[in-house]
Amino acid sequence: MSKKPVEKKEPETTGHEWDGIQEFNNPLPRWWVWVFYLTIVWGIWYTIAYPAWPMIKGATAGYLGFSTRAEVADEIDRFKGMNSELEAQLASADLTALEQGSDLHNYAIQSGRATFATWCSQCHGSGAAGNVGYPNLLDNDWLWGGALEDIQTTVAHGIRSEDDDDTRYSEMPAFGDDYLSDEEIAQVVAYAMSLSPETKDAADMSLVADGAVVFADNCSSCHMEDGTGDRSQGAPNLTDAIWLFGDDKDTITSIVSEGPYGVMPAWSGKLTDSQINAVSAYVHQLGGGE
Amino acid sequence: MSDAPEQLYAPREPIFPKRVKGTFRSLKWWIMGLTLGVYYLAPWIRWDRGPNLPDQAILVDMANRRFFFFWIEIWPHEFYFIAGLLIMAGLGLFLFTSAAGRVWCGYTCPQTVWTDLMILVERWIEGDRNARIRLHRQKWDAEKIRKRIVKFIAWILIAVATGGAWVFYFADAPTLLMDLVTGQAHPLAYSTILVLTLTTFFFGGIAREQICIYACPWPRIQAAMMDEDTITIAYREWRGEPRGRGKKRDDLGDCIDCNACVAVCPMGIDIRDGQQMECITCGLCIDACDEMMVKVGKERGLIDYLALKDEAYERAGNQKIPVMKHLLRPRTILYTSLWTLVGVALTVAIFARPKVDVTIRPVRNPTYVTLSDGSIRNTYDVGVRNRHGEEWPYYFTLTDGSNLTVELEGSDKLVLVAPPDTEAKQRLYVVAPPGSETAKLDRSDLRIWVVDGVTGDRAHLDTVFNGKGR
Repeated sequence: MSKKPVEKKEPETTGHEWDGIQEFNNPLPRWWVWVFYLTIVWGIWYTIAYPAWPMIKGATAGYLGFSTRAEVADEIDRFKGMNSELEAQLASADLTALEQGSDLHNYAIQSGRATFATWCSQCHGSGAAGNVGYPNLLDNDWLWGGALEDIQTTVAHGIRSEDDDDTRYSEMPAFGDDYLSDEEIAQVVAYAMSLSPETKDAADMSLVADGAVVFADNCSSCHMEDGTGDRSQGAPNLTDAIWLFGDDKDTITSIVSEGPYGVMPAWSGKLTDSQINAVSAYVHQLGGGE
Repeated sequence: MSDAPEQLYAPREPIFPKRVKGTFRSLKWWIMGLTLGVYYLAPWIRWDRGPNLPDQAILVDMANRRFFFFWIEIWPHEFYFIAGLLIMAGLGLFLFTSAAGRVWCGYTCPQTVWTDLMILVERWIEGDRNARIRLHRQKWDAEKIRKRIVKFIAWILIAVATGGAWVFYFADAPTLLMDLVTGQAHPLAYSTILVLTLTTFFFGGIAREQICIYACPWPRIQAAMMDEDTITIAYREWRGEPRGRGKKRDDLGDCIDCNACVAVCPMGIDIRDGQQMECITCGLCIDACDEMMVKVGKERGLIDYLALKDEAYERAGNQKIPVMKHLLRPRTILYTSLWTLVGVALTVAIFARPKVDVTIRPVRNPTYVTLSDGSIRNTYDVGVRNRHGEEWPYYFTLTDGSNLTVELEGSDKLVLVAPPDTEAKQRLYVVAPPGSETAKLDRSDLRIWVVDGVTGDRAHLDTVFNGKGR
């Protein structure tokens, strides 16, 4: 018969004791230490292989030559390469023949959106809603025409641009200098306001009849006798609800007196043909294109 | 220091679990068969969804950002269903742990299941415990090398199958299998298989219990969910001690000190030392002990599923506390209720998904546009989510009798045709006539109706119309 006492296996202690508190010794598995050494070896290799140690003029380059900047550049080149065919097609494309939903159309719109945000949004606004003196591109009112080729010409050659001989050009005289008296200006402003549904309630009706005569003598050659304007000269339609500089009497008076002179740069030298086509297609589909 | 420095690091002591028969071993075989069967076969179940949708029952389509599960299709914006399932999995784990300790670890954890499988294969090739110990001590002769090579090859085959099965959840299984065999599959598929092969081989074959003891955080967290009613595995010390071998047992307890419980333990512990951190409560020691107790004509259950409370109770000479008394307590009832609550909420949510799933976002840059005739136009980005496997038309209208007009970019008929299994987006214009109340008001409510062009189901979108405010 073998009767043996139960040996309670207490873990060994490290031998330290402070105020009766002892520390158990639960040894870690040996492979943990090997993993630890392995991480040190890995760490040394990593600092040699990749950019790591800060020096005076920048970090060590690492023998693998890895660089996030170069990776981004590679990615950009890769996408440019993937888009090069569409880019070439777009440069010579007939915009009116772009098929809605086709790859080329999608590419044009997306590329145009980026171009617009970069080069056009400063004046026309990021949502293309324009600003005082800078036309709203979302509405259906166009100074020089809202068809695709009109927009394309405007983008390429600009308006009153000094850099481009083919730029769209016209100039409204400053009628306050010598042409018209203050009284005549007040009359013609009242007449102009009476034409637009937006301002006719505010027009001084007592001056309208005289204003009509001043208008016929001085303004109708560009703005037409009925005030509907002339796109070939960039002369705005005065009978619609849209006023580029503002629809109050003071603003309209100062426009007639001093003459507006809005300038848009010609983009043909600065943007590529495909970018010009892209941004034209983009603007055309914003809601007002003709 | 007076004492010589202790060993800070100890070599692993190899464990050779002995084969055992019994209730819990059978249960473990069944669970292993079920879990492995589901894992390996699930991607091969076919499910017809029509021409433009995948016909794999369970598919995580990363490229198209879709998750298919039989009749359910989940889009990325519905990821909360997955989050909900994870919450349920978490609560379920809490419930089982507080009720029955580490049952997850002992029966269903992949680490346990695959280790079990690897040990099974090892036993076929190298023999049972004693043969394996002998082989372990044996010199590297031809027999040992042969057996080790055969075993490693078998393990690698299992590991490759494990890694291979995983990738089938992410692509059409038959196509991917052909691509894998012919070498045309995506490099990511091969590298995933390689990584999972290595982890399966290493974790299940070599590292085994080391993963549970040193790598897994779950055993440490589990302690927080256990209390004195939690059923874990325990040795009835008051019945077994003093232990000893021999026929004359007048001074001895029921434990015959046969070490059967130690020999079968996959974690290499002696359950008679009490509940230990390493114990995964797999129940194999119960099977081993019961077998011996029956052989020597004693009552089963010297090692048993017991709660901490039972000890004092049984020592005082009482009968065992019924299991239900342990199970039914505020903690488990709370976990069950929370689990059910999330489950019911998810079920309701999945059946309450709208038939016509549409979105609208007013464009606020600018809020409105004045047109040349003085009318006011608002722009909206609308989207329709077409879950069908074919093109589907959706019509847009305003409430009858509205004085506003509506236009849809690219369509004269106000119809947006969504491609199969795609969210189609388009711009919608709403125009208020010049001088109308809507044009003048700062903002007014607007309701847009969307009609499913095939079924006629309707949904509405409530948004606002911004006017001039003067």
